[in-house]
Amino acid sequence: MATSPRDPQLKFEPWNDPDAQPYVRIDRVTKKFGDFIAVDDVSLGIYKKEIFCLLGASGCGKTTLLRILAGFERPTAGRIYIDGVDMTDIPPYERPVNMMFQSYALFPHMTVEQNVAFGLKQDRVPKAELAKRVGDMLDLVKLGQFAKRKPHQLSGGQRQRVALARALVKKPKLLLLDEPLAALDKKLREHTQFELINIQETLGVTFIVVTHDQEEAMTLSSRIGVMNHGEIVQVGTPTEIYEYPNSRFVAEFIGSVNMFEGRLAEDEPSYVRIEANDLDQPIYVDHGVSSAPGATVWAAIRPEKMHMSREKPAGDDNWTLATVRDIAYMGDLSIYLLRLASGKVVRITQPNVYRHADERITWDEQVYLHWDASSPVVVLK
Amino acid sequence: MTGPGAVPLGQRINFWIEDGLGAIVRSPVGSRLRRWGVTGKALVASVPYLWLMLFFLIPFVIVLKISFSDSVIAMPPYQPLFSWAAEKVLEIKINLGNYAFLIEDNLYWKAYLNSIFVAGVSTLLCLLIGYPMAYAIARANPATRNVLLLLVILPFWTSFLLRVYAWIGILKNNGLINNTLMALGVIDQPIQMLQTDFAVYVGIVYSYLPFMILPLYANLEKMDLTLLEAAADLGCRPWQAFVKITLPLSMPGVIAGCLLVFIPAVGEFVIPALLGDPGMLMIGKVLWTEFFNNRDWPVASAVAIALLLFLVIPIMFFQRAQDAESGGVHR
Repeated sequence: MATSPRDPQLKFEPWNDPDAQPYVRIDRVTKKFGDFIAVDDVSLGIYKKEIFCLLGASGCGKTTLLRILAGFERPTAGRIYIDGVDMTDIPPYERPVNMMFQSYALFPHMTVEQNVAFGLKQDRVPKAELAKRVGDMLDLVKLGQFAKRKPHQLSGGQRQRVALARALVKKPKLLLLDEPLAALDKKLREHTQFELINIQETLGVTFIVVTHDQEEAMTLSSRIGVMNHGEIVQVGTPTEIYEYPNSRFVAEFIGSVNMFEGRLAEDEPSYVRIEANDLDQPIYVDHGVSSAPGATVWAAIRPEKMHMSREKPAGDDNWTLATVRDIAYMGDLSIYLLRLASGKVVRITQPNVYRHADERITWDEQVYLHWDASSPVVVLK
Repeated sequence: MTGPGAVPLGQRINFWIEDGLGAIVRSPVGSRLRRWGVTGKALVASVPYLWLMLFFLIPFVIVLKISFSDSVIAMPPYQPLFSWAAEKVLEIKINLGNYAFLIEDNLYWKAYLNSIFVAGVSTLLCLLIGYPMAYAIARANPATRNVLLLLVILPFWTSFLLRVYAWIGILKNNGLINNTLMALGVIDQPIQMLQTDFAVYVGIVYSYLPFMILPLYANLEKMDLTLLEAAADLGCRPWQAFVKITLPLSMPGVIAGCLLVFIPAVGEFVIPALLGDPGMLMIGKVLWTEFFNNRDWPVASAVAIALLLFLVIPIMFFQRAQDAESGGVHR
């Protein structure tokens, strides 16, 4: 996890500490544009030194929420508190908050140095201190030798770092990042992700990142808030969001998943059995679910947690017959698309552990698809 | 003309697809021209050059030639530059007296300086009035923006001369303003506005304002507004963001607008003649007087050439500013 210190004894989980106070508190914030509700009654607590990701598809209200935090939008209802101070009516130029814009918004008529110094000059920081802080910040983002360049003379990755330096040099209480890596190519993005985490750990600034890229959210964040239609649908660590999604939406939005609709046949405190519409055998899950027997539920199983075999698995639960329709070889892993008797297509991934595999399951083969009792996640909505 | 892949389309027209080049239609004329180095691209590019040569360079050379000749009472009223003095002897007489006269007679100096002063003040006034207007149009919502732009361009649909005449009706002693003020009892005597410097400034600012607004609008409209949000985020109040971000970024528009107003305003003749004091010294008027009243074509030509030189300097300045701009900011 991103912000957890390297010492595993000291876990960074303030959200599990009942005494910890959120550093940034979003209290029942709603934002309407005419009839359109961009942000719908959102309440969130974000703790000091967190990297919190707001994740959602475009138009889900994540950017609006970020702009409310920056002060560019006034919420229709609700309050924003940063470090205990009500910020709702404070204009952006008086907030202890800085933002890194998606387009970077570097001032084209100023050099890198002038861009970074801009905020400090605005605060009338004494000259000597200003020069030192700008120099240190440029060194931190490894742009010292580019100080005299204009933004258009820089590459995309360098511009991104200028934008980061400019936002960080004022030592904000909260740094807002709007799709910070979206404009970078894949290789650079991966590299920059780790750099961003390092810088955040060095400076200890609280980050709120808006992204539509779930991979970015997973690697960067201490916690993720998944947004849909202006609402926060789930807040949790990357592991929680991936392994314990609370709804079909979250399960399908993060990573890929095979979703089986079914009827709750047996509902015991220690296990449940689901009669799935598409499967030959029932799904057995080794934990209880708070729902009534007969209710419609969904079992979500991740592609990497499903397995294929030529032999019939033991027992009467958690397997089904399927035919291989398609195989995509990705190098490190292969993606298999299998068709069930009902016509539903299931996706599974298998790591390619061995270089030579004559026995590899191939096209049009009929196989048994099976999974562990701990693998399915049962969601009720 | 049947090669590989040829599709005969009749007796005269042959159309074929060249290997790997896609469809190319060739005519015998086209290929002959190409042999001479004439391509479609060069042909298109030559049109504006031809235009400039015919309607700018040749007249300029004629005026330059006249400015070096002597004035005579004849038709045309100047002596030829080249003459045959004797057999096989070409006599070229270059008379620099006209230029010397411009320097000796301080009337011309005063007229030049006054014209530059009037044009400069008018340009400044246009900038002060035009910038807020261009800013407001650029920041208006798109539907309103088009209406406002149309209103800026609308006066061009009436003749320039008519519009200046209309100002006479507004400014004269028994004109619109004076009559209204008298009827309201604000003043007893009409205020003398026509035939004053004030009227000339009104006329120039009114006539040239669109030339200031349009380039400024074009510049302000394409500005990335997130820059202003970034400035606010870094601690700028709105007016500080304007001074530190909007204003410097709009400088190319300011320079373009100022030159578009200043250059024609220096040589302006119609507005001072119609609205101004008859004694007002403007180089455009001096030029007119030399040409048509004094019929001294050589001196008039020298005045025109000197004026051109005065104007070329700001254009060169503008060109250099633009070069620096394109080298400095890429959008």
